[in-house]
Amino acid sequence: MNIHEYQAKEIFRRHGMPVPPGEIATTPQRVEEIAQQYGGTVVVKAQVHAGGRGKAGGVKLAKTPAEARELATKILGMKIKGLTVHTVLVTPAAEIATEAYAGIIIDRASKRAVFMVSPAGGIDIEEVAAKTPEKIMRLPVDPRYGLLPFEALQMGFFLYRDVKQARAAAKILQQLWSAFLASGASLAEVNPLVTTPAGEVLALDAKLVVDDNELDRRADMAALRDETAEEPSEVSARNANLTFIKLDGDVGCVVNGAGLAMATMDLVKYYGGEPANFLDIGGSSNPEKVVNALRIITSDPNVKAILFNIFGGITRTDDVANGIVTATKANPLKVPIVIRLTGTNEEIAVKILTENGFSAMTDMDEAVQRAVKLAKGGATA
Amino acid sequence: MSIFIDKNTKLLVQGITGRDGSFHTKQMIEYGTNVVAGVTPGKGGQTFEGTVPIYDTVADAVKATGANTAVIYVPPPFAADAMMEAAEAGIALVVCITEGVPVLDMTRVYPFVKEKGARLIGPNCPGLITPGASKVGIIPGRICAAGPVGVVSRSGTLTYEIVYQLTRAGIGQTTCVGIGGDPINGTNFIDCLAAYEKDPATKAVALMGEIGGTDEQEAARFVKEHMTKPVVGFIAGQTAPPGRRMGHAGAIISGSAGTAAEKLEAFRAAGMGVAQRPIDFVSLIRERLAKQ
Repeated sequence: MNIHEYQAKEIFRRHGMPVPPGEIATTPQRVEEIAQQYGGTVVVKAQVHAGGRGKAGGVKLAKTPAEARELATKILGMKIKGLTVHTVLVTPAAEIATEAYAGIIIDRASKRAVFMVSPAGGIDIEEVAAKTPEKIMRLPVDPRYGLLPFEALQMGFFLYRDVKQARAAAKILQQLWSAFLASGASLAEVNPLVTTPAGEVLALDAKLVVDDNELDRRADMAALRDETAEEPSEVSARNANLTFIKLDGDVGCVVNGAGLAMATMDLVKYYGGEPANFLDIGGSSNPEKVVNALRIITSDPNVKAILFNIFGGITRTDDVANGIVTATKANPLKVPIVIRLTGTNEEIAVKILTENGFSAMTDMDEAVQRAVKLAKGGATA
Repeated sequence: MSIFIDKNTKLLVQGITGRDGSFHTKQMIEYGTNVVAGVTPGKGGQTFEGTVPIYDTVADAVKATGANTAVIYVPPPFAADAMMEAAEAGIALVVCITEGVPVLDMTRVYPFVKEKGARLIGPNCPGLITPGASKVGIIPGRICAAGPVGVVSRSGTLTYEIVYQLTRAGIGQTTCVGIGGDPINGTNFIDCLAAYEKDPATKAVALMGEIGGTDEQEAARFVKEHMTKPVVGFIAGQTAPPGRRMGHAGAIISGSAGTAAEKLEAFRAAGMGVAQRPIDFVSLIRERLAKQ
C-alpha cells in the first residue's frame, strides 16, 4: 500500500528524523495562508501515489504567498499518471548544499532488507545504479541483530567525508530503520537526503510503501489509506475481496488465481486483443464474488466483451456458474460474454449455464480467441 | 522416482482442525498420502476423523510419530512461527500453503529454517505432488499422472492448467512443485532444477515463471551451466503494467527490472524451450522427450 509523502514524513518525525515542517492543504486559499505563516519561499508538492511528480509539474517553488496560491490553483485538480491531485503539501524551501539518497528495500536474492545509500541523490536511483554502480553502497541487514551502529556509520562515511555529517547521517539511517520496521514497510526512501550550507543533514522527501500483508495486524497503518487517491474501481474491488487492476483494453477478464489471470491477459494479447483488466477472484470463490466481479467489469465503458477463465481446483465451477446467472438476472449484460470453465463440478456448471441460455467452453485458447473476436466486432458495430 | 516427497513421506499437518486444514487433509488422505499426525494447540489427545492423532506441539507430534514432513495451513499472523516450530522440531521438509505472510517475517524465518537444516517450500504456494505416491498441499490429484516430466512453478491455478493439459496429452509427471508467489520463499527454481537433474526418472522439466525479481534469469543460467536435461519455460505477465502488484506479492515489475521480456530472453540465451502459450508446453515437451 502506498501512503502519501506527508504521511511518511509524519512517521519519520515520530522516529526522530530531521524532517522540515510542512502542512497539507486542499484549497488554494489554505495554501496561501500556510505560505504566509512560514514566510519566505515555499515548495508546493502534489500528494499523489505516482512517481515523477516533479517532471509532471506537481512540485513547484513559490516566492510569495500569492504565487503559492496561484500555483496551487494549477496543481490541485491536475492529473498525474491518471490520478487526480486532491491534496498538496506546503513546506518551507530548504537551502541545499548537497543531495544524497538513502533507502531500504527488500532484496529477493539475499532474502533480507537491504540499505542502499548514494552520494548521488535527488535523481532516479535506478539510473545511478545502471550508470554508476560504484556510487551506491548496499548493506544487507541481518534480521537477528538489526542495523548495527558501525554499519550505519560505514554508510554515513560513504555519504559524507565530514565526521559530523557522517554521524548525523548514521543516526538518520538508524531512525529510518526503526521507522521501516515499525510500519511493516517493504520500501522506505529519503530522496533527497540533503546537507544545508550550514552543515545540517535533513530528510527532504519521504516515501514509504507498506506491505499489504501487514495491514491486518497494523490498524494504524491501514488507517492511512487514502481511497480518493486510488482508481475507484480498484477500491470497490478491494472492498469486495477481489484483486483488480484496471488496464486500457476492451476484453474484461475474470479469472481464478493470479498466475492464470496474468496468463489469460497475455493470451488475449497473443490473439490480437487488449485486456481491460487483471482480476483474480481467488481460490475458494463463492457466487457473491462472481457477482461483484461482474459489477466491476461491466462498469468500465471500454469493455466490449467479457471473458471468464476458471480452472476449478478448490474453486467449484458450479459456484461460478451460479454467480454468473444471479448477476446477469439482476443486471442483464450489454456486452457479449465468453465462459470457459473446466475442473471441479464442470458437468453441473455446464448444465446450469446452458439451462440459463449461456454456452460454456472448456478450451482456454478457443475461449480467448472468441472473446477477442467479439470485442473487435463490438468495436466496429 | 521423484523429488522431495515419495511413499516414505510421513506427513504432519499444522492447523489440521481449521477450515482449510481439515478439508485438504481429507483430500491428501484420499490421495494416499501417509498423514501421521496433526497439530492444533489445545486439541492434543483428540483425533482427526477418528484416525489421525492430534498433538499440541510439533515437537510432541514428531516424537510420537516420526513425522518427516510438515504442511502448514495456519492463518498468516501465525505462519512464521509455525514454520520455525516445524524446523526446530527436526522436520526435514516444511511446506507452507498460507498466503499473506508479511515479508519482514520471512526475512527472519528464512535464516532460521536454513540453520536448522530444513527445506522450506512456500509460503503462498500450492505445495507439491508426486503422482501416485504422495500429495502435500492443495494441488488437485486427479489432474496429474505419473510420468517423466518435472514441473516447477511460481503459480497455483496456472500450474493446474498446464499440468492438466500435459496429462490429457498423455504426458505424466515425476513431481509437480509450486514454489509460491511471494518475494521471499524457501525454495527457488534452482533448488528444484538441481533436484530434477539428479532424479533419474525425470527426463524433461517444465518451468512456469512470472514477472518480478530475477529468479527466472538465475534459473536460466543454472540450466545453461549445470543441466543435461531439457527445460521448457513460460513467463506469465507479459501484459502486466510496471509498478503494480499482480495478485502475487512477488509479481511486480520494479522500475525496469523483472519484466517478462528480459526473462524470456534469458531462457532463449540458455537454450531453453520457450512456451508462448500454456498449450505450447505439450508440443515442446513432447519433442524433447522424443529425442531421448
